Amino acid sequence: MSSAEWQILGLTLRTAALATLLIVPPGLAIAWLLARHRWRGKSLVETLVALPLVMPPVATGLLLLKLLGRRGPIGRHLPFDVVFTWRAVVIAMMVMSFPLLVRAARVAFEEVNPRFEQIARTLGARDARVFVTITLPLAARGIVSGMLLAFARAIGEFGATILVAGNIPGRTTTLSLAIYNLVQLGRDGEAFRLLGIAVLIAFTAVWITEAFLRRRV
Amino acid sequence: MRSILVVLLLALPVRATEVRVFAAASLTEALEEIAQEYERASSDRVVFNFGASSTLARQIEEGAPADLLLSADERVRTTRLVEKKSVLSNTLVIVVRDKPVKHPHDLVGLKLALAEPSTVPAGIYAREYLQKLGLWERVKPNVIPTDNVRAALAAVESGNVDAAIVYRTDARISKEVRVAYAVPRAEGPRIAYLFAVVRDAEEPRAARRFFAYLQSKPALDLFRKHGFDVLR
Repeated sequence: MSSAEWQILGLTLRTAALATLLIVPPGLAIAWLLARHRWRGKSLVETLVALPLVMPPVATGLLLLKLLGRRGPIGRHLPFDVVFTWRAVVIAMMVMSFPLLVRAARVAFEEVNPRFEQIARTLGARDARVFVTITLPLAARGIVSGMLLAFARAIGEFGATILVAGNIPGRTTTLSLAIYNLVQLGRDGEAFRLLGIAVLIAFTAVWITEAFLRRRV
Repeated sequence: MRSILVVLLLALPVRATEVRVFAAASLTEALEEIAQEYERASSDRVVFNFGASSTLARQIEEGAPADLLLSADERVRTTRLVEKKSVLSNTLVIVVRDKPVKHPHDLVGLKLALAEPSTVPAGIYAREYLQKLGLWERVKPNVIPTDNVRAALAAVESGNVDAAIVYRTDARISKEVRVAYAVPRAEGPRIAYLFAVVRDAEEPRAARRFFAYLQSKPALDLFRKHGFDVLR
């Protein structure tokens, strides 16, 4: 692989990994609330969370561009540029991957038998301790597979990224964008090499996810 | 059931001959007006696909159904063109919202939006100009490449970049940017718009009719009205 290809792969893996890690805390919190509690506005939050999954990614990108732009309602209060930087790449990935993580984690939480948690509580454990020592370990498999799916989705992100982060070689050009660039340039051979890498990453992520889910408790 | 179908079929208007025109984004407004004029006098209909000329040429090369290509650059990478004519010219300008730019040298250190400078005509022209001034290497690290020239203009309008180099005709359509510097024709690269008929066009006769109309006086006058120069 050429140094440019390594750079693209490195940027893609780093931003996707960061995006995946950043969505874990809020993702698990929302998944747990959806799985274990009834509250006002729950169905609204459920729908909102799933929205990026079904909305055109470009439309999501447009919303992000307007919100985070230098003159946008969020962007203008930030001390640094977001749009057209690597930060925008991470944010686009986060938004697009979030529903996948929440869905997987929610199912995982729902499958944890509440009796174990009750038993821990009768033995004197507080809520936080119950969550960390009982709920989380029992749901770990589903959560990890959700993270892998989120990671794989982040790597493939294109539509939102190209709008909000641009397509700046060496800085915001991820694997998907690089493939697009090469096709535009008519350099199909190099595009195919990157395509091979993308397939390899996606295959590995899905394969590990399936392996995780198949293993019996 | 059958009668409903018959009614539906009868309700469909007689299909006019469609000329499919792949055209440089910078020609958008001028061509829409010209097509309106043309359709008033002709039974043909004109359908546009606007975008970066390089992207359009690539699509045509891959067999996209186009009858005409109106490219912002003569150096098109497709072999599917049969009849070619260089028709229009343009010049470059530097546009800003509020940055105090007076000269191309002031672009160093600013976020500069350009149409993709290795493929898209407007970006290639801008790069060639900056290279000629010896500024390219210093400007390059802060270049934000965009899909086409209009996207570069939009990036300045939204305030997300500091400046852009676009065509004079693009700057005219925006109320939110001002021309900070107009590149004199003699100093800029030679800009020539190539109009061409695509080989194996699906509607070759209609394609040639519109191709001829685009070079007629009424059409050229409309191009001039939108700020283009007509090549002799």
